[in-house]
Amino acid sequence: MNAVTQIRSHCVVLPMDNVDTDQIIPARFLVTTSRDGLGHGLFADWRFDAEGRPRPEFVLNLPESEGAKVLVAGRNFGCGSSREHAVWALQACGFEAVVSTAFADIFRANALKNGLLPVQLDAATHEALAAAPGTSVTIDVAEAVLSFGSQRAAFPIEPFARYCLVNGQDELDFLLSRESEIAAFEAAAGRVPWRIR
Amino acid sequence: MQGRPRTLVDKIWEAHLVSAETAETPAVLYVDLHLIHEVTSPQAFAELRKRGLRVRRPERTVATMDHAIPTRRGADGRRAPAEGAAAEQVTALEHNCRDFGVPLFPVGDARQGIVHVIGPEQGLTHPGSTIVCGDSHTSTHGAFGALAFGIGTSEVAHVLATQSLLQRRPKSFAVEFAGALAPGVTAKDLILGLIAQIGTAGAAGHALEYRGSAIRALTMEERMTVCNMSIEAGARAGLVAPDDTTYEYLAGRPFAPSFADWDKAVAQWRTLPSDREAAFDRELTIDAAALQPMITWGTSPGMGIPIRGVVPDPGGDASLQKALRYMGLEPGKPLLGRKIDVVFIGSCTNSRLGDLREAARVLRGRHVAAGVKALVVPGSQQVKKQAEAEGLDRVFREAGAEWREPGCSMCLAMNDDRLLPGQYAVSTSNRNFEGRQGPGGRTFLASPTSAAAAAVTGAIADAREVLA
Repeated sequence: MNAVTQIRSHCVVLPMDNVDTDQIIPARFLVTTSRDGLGHGLFADWRFDAEGRPRPEFVLNLPESEGAKVLVAGRNFGCGSSREHAVWALQACGFEAVVSTAFADIFRANALKNGLLPVQLDAATHEALAAAPGTSVTIDVAEAVLSFGSQRAAFPIEPFARYCLVNGQDELDFLLSRESEIAAFEAAAGRVPWRIR
Repeated sequence: MQGRPRTLVDKIWEAHLVSAETAETPAVLYVDLHLIHEVTSPQAFAELRKRGLRVRRPERTVATMDHAIPTRRGADGRRAPAEGAAAEQVTALEHNCRDFGVPLFPVGDARQGIVHVIGPEQGLTHPGSTIVCGDSHTSTHGAFGALAFGIGTSEVAHVLATQSLLQRRPKSFAVEFAGALAPGVTAKDLILGLIAQIGTAGAAGHALEYRGSAIRALTMEERMTVCNMSIEAGARAGLVAPDDTTYEYLAGRPFAPSFADWDKAVAQWRTLPSDREAAFDRELTIDAAALQPMITWGTSPGMGIPIRGVVPDPGGDASLQKALRYMGLEPGKPLLGRKIDVVFIGSCTNSRLGDLREAARVLRGRHVAAGVKALVVPGSQQVKKQAEAEGLDRVFREAGAEWREPGCSMCLAMNDDRLLPGQYAVSTSNRNFEGRQGPGGRTFLASPTSAAAAAVTGAIADAREVLA
């Protein structure tokens, strides 16, 4: 994974709570064996009509949303399915951070493993940001601080996930480095309790 | 071991620590069983190939096909083959399992089925074990007192390569269902009732432990229905402590401990329930007797009401207003009597033998209403076989419902089992999200009993009245 240390961008605001991963990318786009090329599925049923034409009123289709790397959404973002495709689709459309007051657990884990930053803000800061679409923000990952205008808001981030982001540490490499401990655990635990043929 | 009283999750967690968590690093948690399927595994195997890694414990990994495969039968009476990109996923899974030595229960195998139906049914789901799968409904296996949770595809690669995961211990949340469910109220109603009360993020960051006399009285299949929807309350996992009901279900299943190992295993499993004095981070008690048959009216599983209730007033809540618009409903109006187009009985929530018996009880001697399409999709080949041995397939067919091949089907509309835009469905699945069952489709979640009642009346109905 590439290191993620700072994100600077204007924001797109999607002022909805409980945005589930079926909205982020509907299941019919998961019929793939690749993690690439999922951008066209992002919010597909909100972005496009039944004929595949962009819905001009949807926030991601507004000209001012072009180039935004930060998505500000309502609480409980990413609930529902465990599909990591939701993260890949957001990244394919250029998003580097999602801001909310709460994230679903699996979505948060998936995001961090791909370098998409989940920024969990307090309600007041979130409200200020959501009320001003287009606001330019700076997110410092090492400091775990999001700032805009004169405001500075700290956000919680699991220390190991932050370490991995800032240093570009790959989690699988880290786990592989623990091989001897895993082998010792297996030796102590004994045999596998079944044989599948 | 003496010491501080521990919860069921504490005991499982501590028994699976390769290394404990510190402030800086999460725990390395060992995984006993890794279930995989065609949709969330191909990119993980690609990662292993890219890095030149093998599957560390193929014997702790089991694959099946369920999400994207068709459930229709062709003219020859056999299941229609997957087509296009879905066929590529199926082929990729076959190749990956062959190349990495992973056991596969493919289409055509007597053990194939929805991943969360076959694990328990084959006796692979053991109390006290850790189980993961690239699927959020992995929480289903918690019904056996296993710590089971859904993971993303990156983590699927982690488990394939190391049989371990980096995890922080979830917080604990005990939900006690006191008393007994009223007649006509099912396990599905119980869990929909809980989610309506605590909301879809109500248990975020927590592992739920379902307790109390109403939970003890449930069959294993019913406990699976409850634990299955833990994720719909935002929980990382949902567990029921194992008891004699659990052991009776598991005894004699193909991959359950056998003979001499059985008694030892049961003795060990009996030590799993939370200690009497164990403290939970959160606790909630619900009066089970007060629960009603439930149905959802909106686009989130938390938007549930008693089936005889009225659609709530959204007030100034934009999400509720949006849900009402999408569903084409008016506040203050009852749902009873509202016409529906499709009934779906199936999914990892409600596709087991007991669910099909419940649906058949309503459909026997009755007929699916004119203009309604009813789909019954058994959860596995084993469920299908048992249902057919009991003649349930005949009950469904004679009632005018379609009897399909096992798979996820219309729960998530990855194959061609989909709602058409604007259609209303009563579904026994787990998610009523916008477009979940097909773009523009509108879903009412309910129990198999309520779904069958809707099928015969062509409208949302109280099964207690239909059966009266």
